[in-house]
Amino acid sequence: MSNDLVLAIEDLTVSFDGFRAVDGLNLYVEKNELRVIIGPNGAGKTTVLDLICGKTRATGGSIKFNGIELTKFPEYKIVQTGVGRKFQTPSIYENLSVLENLEISFPRGRSVFGSLMFKRTQDVTDRILETAEMIFLSEQLDAQAGLLSHGQKQWLEIGMLLIQNPELLMLDEPVAGMSVSEREKTAELLNKVSNGRSVIVIEHDMEFVKRIAHKVTVLHQGKVLAEGNMDTVQNNPKVIEVYLGH
Amino acid sequence: MNAFYTKWMGGKKGAIELAVLAVFIFVVMPLWLDIFRLNLVGKYLTYAFAAVGLVMVWGYGGILSLGQGVFFGIGGYCMAMFLKLEASDPVSTAHQTTPGIPDFMDWNQITHLPLFWEPFHSLIFSLAAVILVPVALAYVISTAMFKRRVGGVYFSIITQAIAAILTILVVGQQGLTGGINGITDLKTIHGWNINTDSAKYILYFLNGVLLLAVIMLCRFLLSSKFGRLLLAMRDKEDRVRFSGYDVANFKIFTFSVGAAISAIGGAMFTLQVGFMSPSLIGIVPSIEMVIFAAIGGRISLVGAVYGTLLVNYGKSAFSESFPSLWLLLMGALFIGVVMLFPNGLAGLYDVYFKKWVEQLAIRLKKVFPLEKLKPVKAEINHEQ
Repeated sequence: MSNDLVLAIEDLTVSFDGFRAVDGLNLYVEKNELRVIIGPNGAGKTTVLDLICGKTRATGGSIKFNGIELTKFPEYKIVQTGVGRKFQTPSIYENLSVLENLEISFPRGRSVFGSLMFKRTQDVTDRILETAEMIFLSEQLDAQAGLLSHGQKQWLEIGMLLIQNPELLMLDEPVAGMSVSEREKTAELLNKVSNGRSVIVIEHDMEFVKRIAHKVTVLHQGKVLAEGNMDTVQNNPKVIEVYLGH
Repeated sequence: MNAFYTKWMGGKKGAIELAVLAVFIFVVMPLWLDIFRLNLVGKYLTYAFAAVGLVMVWGYGGILSLGQGVFFGIGGYCMAMFLKLEASDPVSTAHQTTPGIPDFMDWNQITHLPLFWEPFHSLIFSLAAVILVPVALAYVISTAMFKRRVGGVYFSIITQAIAAILTILVVGQQGLTGGINGITDLKTIHGWNINTDSAKYILYFLNGVLLLAVIMLCRFLLSSKFGRLLLAMRDKEDRVRFSGYDVANFKIFTFSVGAAISAIGGAMFTLQVGFMSPSLIGIVPSIEMVIFAAIGGRISLVGAVYGTLLVNYGKSAFSESFPSLWLLLMGALFIGVVMLFPNGLAGLYDVYFKKWVEQLAIRLKKVFPLEKLKPVKAEINHEQ
């Protein structure tokens, strides 16, 4: 393994009432890498992201992020160490404007008193404008977020993570519900943002996966079934069997 | 100055709302009502503190507290204990078995002042306790709940249980608390008689000033990023949590602010009405406070004040003629408002009357073009 290992998951296990959703999983992600996790329904993809960001607590194993053990941290601390996570359904503040959505996500004034004293200074505004441009929403800054199209909402949530400049960005089905042209733009965006950080994407759309993935991990029944570049994985007989069934 | 205007007053709209409320409290009411009725309005306005607190906690924070009477009551009791000690000097209680202690203690065969009463000889301590004791309790309750992610209905039920427990405690410990009668016969604060008409006027105005100050403080809190975070938390709590915020701390802070606001109301109640009793702590008054906020409009700070006044006016008007019908009527009013006008009086105003008022304002401007007299000030720097 290279020295630039950002995320090291070892022997990670979680069981819900005896059912092992994730079972002795090992996963390593490097810096500047864009990893895509695929797998049939119920393979444990979303659960893995939940475990990394602290939404679900591991039953056993370890998650090390830049050498820091995350499994015992509360969610907000995990975020503050540099892990950002986008949810499957766009999770944005519908009643606030696009600008306010981005502003709340800006990593400053995260304590109660910090939030009372928070001021929209020039650097905040600059960062908001820069992020809005990246996620193709410069024109919609003052629009109420609830009124955006589904694809724009997905972008907004990605932007809310980008403004925090996380070292590890995790995206759960970022192109679900997007039109073809929106998918194109999102692929470009992801290729751009994976520069300088690590990105984990869960996705079903194989065309999209081909366009963005550096490396693909196939999960099946909570375990890694195969790992490698897209072609190797697609031609792996075990993967074909899992996807096509018996 | 501009920051004060936009943040504390709430901009032009907020400033007008405050001005209307100020005129109503400080001019209309005192000119219209005699001191007996005005004192009654003053009493209702102390409940408005609890309602304003609920707008913050429930309306903005999304936390339904059914125990706001607890904080109102503790604030009131802290004030009453000071007043009672002042009224129980050894000379005026010389006829008691133990002179120098409150009369109800003497009746309950208590022969020396309990330790926790001692600091209430000091006015400064008592005033600090009015705020700090309820805040400390609110902090403990809400920390225990929110850090464990207890919320929603469960939190409401627990606050209600606390209201019941505190009532039972106060009633049961008659010798220490005055029991079901509460703490009565209050006379002076630092030698100043609170029962004279002039004192009642002064206290009424003090109450009004404090109420407006509290509303402005809430405006300030809501105008900051803190206010937008509360909205964001009501909408997508998980997104806020996974954006690096410790959500529980924000709820604890909001709940504690609500408690402090209610407590100020409780202390002003004691001063204006001249007693404090468990009947203001329990479940029923706590739920009534929720009704005041709901009817005023649970996301309108000034609406809560009007809601409180309206419901209490109805209460005294109807309960005089139909005492048994009133409770049913209030229940029906609550259900009706929640079903038909979820945003209460404030929502009703926004939907039906705002247009008229705005049109009226436009016409007035045509008749009295004030702009020509003043230097033009464009929309003042919204930070947003």
